[in-house]
Amino acid sequence: MFLDYLVLGATDAHETEFLNTGDILVTLVIFSILMLLLKKFAWGPLMGVMKQREDLIASEIEAAENSRLESHKLLEEQRSLLKEARTEAQGIVENAKKQGDVQREEIITAARAEANRLKESAVREIETEKDRAIAAVREEVVSLSVLAASKVLGKQISEEDNRALIEETIAKAGDVG
Amino acid sequence: MHHKNPTVEWLGLTFNLSNVLMLSVTALIVFLIAISATRRLSLKPTGMQNFMEWLMDFVKGIIKSNMDWKTGGRFHVLGITVLMFIFVANMLGLPFSIIVNGELWWKSPTADPTITMTLAVMVVVLTHFYAIKMKGLSEYGKDYLRPLPFLFPLKIIEEFANTLTLGLRLYGNIYAGEVLLGLLAGLGSAGIAGFAGALIPTMAWQGFSIFVGTIQAFIFCMLTMVYMAHKVNSDH
Repeated sequence: MFLDYLVLGATDAHETEFLNTGDILVTLVIFSILMLLLKKFAWGPLMGVMKQREDLIASEIEAAENSRLESHKLLEEQRSLLKEARTEAQGIVENAKKQGDVQREEIITAARAEANRLKESAVREIETEKDRAIAAVREEVVSLSVLAASKVLGKQISEEDNRALIEETIAKAGDVG
Repeated sequence: MHHKNPTVEWLGLTFNLSNVLMLSVTALIVFLIAISATRRLSLKPTGMQNFMEWLMDFVKGIIKSNMDWKTGGRFHVLGITVLMFIFVANMLGLPFSIIVNGELWWKSPTADPTITMTLAVMVVVLTHFYAIKMKGLSEYGKDYLRPLPFLFPLKIIEEFANTLTLGLRLYGNIYAGEVLLGLLAGLGSAGIAGFAGALIPTMAWQGFSIFVGTIQAFIFCMLTMVYMAHKVNSDH
């Protein structure tokens, strides 16, 4: 009796006709309803989320690529700026050095000229002072000599004679001296 | 051990109430699984959402291996529903079967040839429908004369053979599994010795039936897409 199970449709061969028309209808209806419900409540939203994620990933990749390019550009910009700044700084230092040299030369020259000027004026002053002193000394000598001579001679000679005499004497003395 | 079916006549149609019950249970389980898995959708998937997304990608892979995604994308929902529906249907009969008053109530709905053939015919009709819709009636008709006109009779036979094998392959695998499980269960309930003898084979056969049920669900989905691609693709 076990062999009965192996015959196609053995379970319902006895009391029903082979074709269960109602079952066919029920199968189709249930499957269609299930598919529509799932599409509306499960697969649709799930597909939406998967699509959304796909879009998100794509846009994220794009954004990452963009920001990479931008950062690369900025880096280049910074690098060139740094280079520029460095050369500029070098130029400034060189300029300052040059200017310093020039200024030093100028200061030295000015100082030298000032020193020369001071020395010359000092020399000139000394010279005039010496001349004046000599002149004063001469005068003193003259008057002293007159006084001495008048005392020695004991006599009054005229002022003019006296003077001429003395001048002569001094000139002689100067020649001797 | 021989059992009848709980049949009812209504509006001139014959209903097998067991089939109606099991189809409803299958649809309910599939619906609950799908809904619970997609209840809280987020861009960063967790838990069941991961599984569902894997399933979607799996079916997508099946479709992509057969046709262009641009034409195949519309069959995505059909493919996933077929896969899950048949898988759950195959699994339902494995843990037990319930017989009330000699009438078989709980079993795999796919262990009934009426249901598997209905699904198969539905799939084949859909392939014809989409072929006409996407390529036009004349192009669809010319396909019967390709690659050579004298193969026309074979083309006609092919359509029926496809339908028949698609439905009966599923039915045969699942029905055979349930028959053997029924025999092993009968042996197991016969006595202590019978239980000891039936324990290992029953477990082995249940494990194998899980494998077969999974494979059959995959094959049904795969063949659905193969037939669809065969009809829809303009060059083959």
